[in-house]
Parts: sequence; structure tokens; C-alpha cells
Amino acid sequence: MASLEILTYPDERLKTGCEPVDTFNPEMQSFIDHLIETCSGGPGAVGIAAPQVGVLQRICIVDATRARRPVDNHGHLVLINPEITAWDGFAVGREGCLSVPDYTGKVIRAEKIELKAQDRNGKPCSFTMSGFEARIAQHEVDHLDGVLFLDRLVSRHADLKRRTPT
Amino acid sequence: MEQVMQNKWLILTLVGEDRPGIVANVTRVLFAAGAQLGEASMMRLGNQFAIMMMVRGAGSPEDVIGLLESVRVEFHLKLHVDETDAALHQVIAPDVLVTVHGADRAGIVAEVTAALAEAGLNILDLRSDVGGTATAPIYIMQIEGEASQGIDAIEQAVAGLGVQELSVRITPLDTVRG
Repeated sequence: MASLEILTYPDERLKTGCEPVDTFNPEMQSFIDHLIETCSGGPGAVGIAAPQVGVLQRICIVDATRARRPVDNHGHLVLINPEITAWDGFAVGREGCLSVPDYTGKVIRAEKIELKAQDRNGKPCSFTMSGFEARIAQHEVDHLDGVLFLDRLVSRHADLKRRTPT
Repeated sequence: MEQVMQNKWLILTLVGEDRPGIVANVTRVLFAAGAQLGEASMMRLGNQFAIMMMVRGAGSPEDVIGLLESVRVEFHLKLHVDETDAALHQVIAPDVLVTVHGADRAGIVAEVTAALAEAGLNILDLRSDVGGTATAPIYIMQIEGEASQGIDAIEQAVAGLGVQELSVRITPLDTVRG
């Protein structure tokens, strides 16, 4: 299976909000497989969102199993129409993006989130995520709203510790 | 050959007493001369303002020094220009943060960084400040680096430092790429 071409900043499509998904047909399943393949092929990528390959629909991959150091996670997730419903705590962490090559910067994200979505077959699902996985999900949901981590950069010297030690 | 020389990145260092307008005036002159700026780091150190900046397309180091002469005089800057093999798109994301603080004394940086170097740490970004008061200064240092022999080696090196009066914290860093 071929990887899809990744759009790079400042492509306008990366700044565009995405439409909800309402059909889960074979064509959609094929696109999701290609998106997963594209994420796997990205150097060090732990997630990807459909608008990064030019498809303006609310679909993303969150895969904290690919973190360099093992972290709490819910496995390889395909999230359709994801929605973050609760946020708790905050932490500074470093982020990069397949659509912004060769740059990483610091971003403040919620330490813990509640997220509801649908799986690739349209079945409702929900997750409580924390730390690295929560950060990936927030980064990807931002993509679906046309927001890049560049829009959320904080001082490169920021060093905010987690509010509640784990 | 001339073309090759033109394309090499120069690294400029400029230092002078901090006041508004240093960056604007230096970069205005370079831009007018057709220069391209690469990565740069600029900050206030003490009461001085220090610039380190990649520049190319404005000629040789001597040419650049000549271009900046009037700004150098106006702002009382010390200027140094080196031709280098620097290149863009060579960024390394840090995988460890080392935070050190304690009562200020001579030797903290030398002791800590010697242990870190021995444990394979490549320092990518180091920032240190002296806070507290003139009579009771405290030293704070933040190092972001690449642990080429792993975080465990860094933690062992720090544990072996044997300097009780210093607080040293190791935080693994991972980068979300999505």
C-alpha cells in the first residue's frame, strides 16, 4: 500500500476546519488504511490527521505505542469525529509535525483529557487519556480544526512541570 | 569559486550594552545588502545584548564587517564574523532536560557538564542564570541535550556527582510528531 503525499505548511488546507464523517463505506475504509500506512512511514510519527493528506474530514490516527519510551496508551487508534469533552492539568512538551518538517517547539497541552469519537466502523467509543497519548490526541484534533502546533508555541525556555506528579 | 564562497554561511556574533534597536539596525543593513539570515539566538546576558546569527549572501567576512561598521559604532558593538560549514535543516530534538540549581559557587558548570559529557550527553541548549541577591546568589541552569548513551547513563552520572548542595533533576523528553 502506498503512502499518501503529506501537505506541508503553509498549505491553506492545513488551516481549514474539517467536515464530520457520516459514511463508513469501503472507500472510507481504504482511505483509513492508507492514512495508517502514511503515519507508519512518517519518521517517528505517532499520529496523523486526514487534512495532512488533503482530505478535509474529521479522521485521525493516534498511536502512542510508537513513543520512543513506553507510555500509557490505548493502542493504535483510528478516531472518527473525535471530540475532547474534558481537560485537566497542563504540561509543556515538545512537538513536531509531519507537515512542518525539521522543526520542533514547545506547546502547553492538557495533561489529561476525556475524548469521545467513533471507531472506523462508526461505533461510538470514549477514552480517558493522559500524558503523551493525550498530547498526541490534542495535536491531531487541532489539525481537524485547522490549527497547527505553530499556533500554540510557547517560550523555548518554558519548563512547566506536571501539576500532579505521576 | 566566488559563488561557493558566497553560499557559505557566516556566523556573526555581536555583543553590546542592551538598548532598543540593535536587532532592527543590524538586520536592516544586512537585508539591504541582500543577505539571507539562517538560525539565530539572541538574548540579554548581564546588561549586554548578545547576538549569534547565521548569515549568507552578503559577501566575505570582511565585507560583512564593512557593511556593519556604522551600526557597530552607533551601538558600541563588539563584532566577530567567522566563515563556517554551518548548514540549515540539521536540527536535533533533545531527549533529556537537566535542571540544576543551588547556592552559587565556582565550579558548578564544570562539575556537572563533565559528568554529563562522560555519560554521553550532547548539549543542544544551555541557559543559566544567577538569581537570588548579591550577597546570597543562587545558580540555575537548564540543559537540553541528546543522551547518546541513554537516559540511564545520565541518571547514574548525576547520582555519582556527590554534590549534596546541588539539586539536579533529569527529565526525559519525548517529541510528539503528528
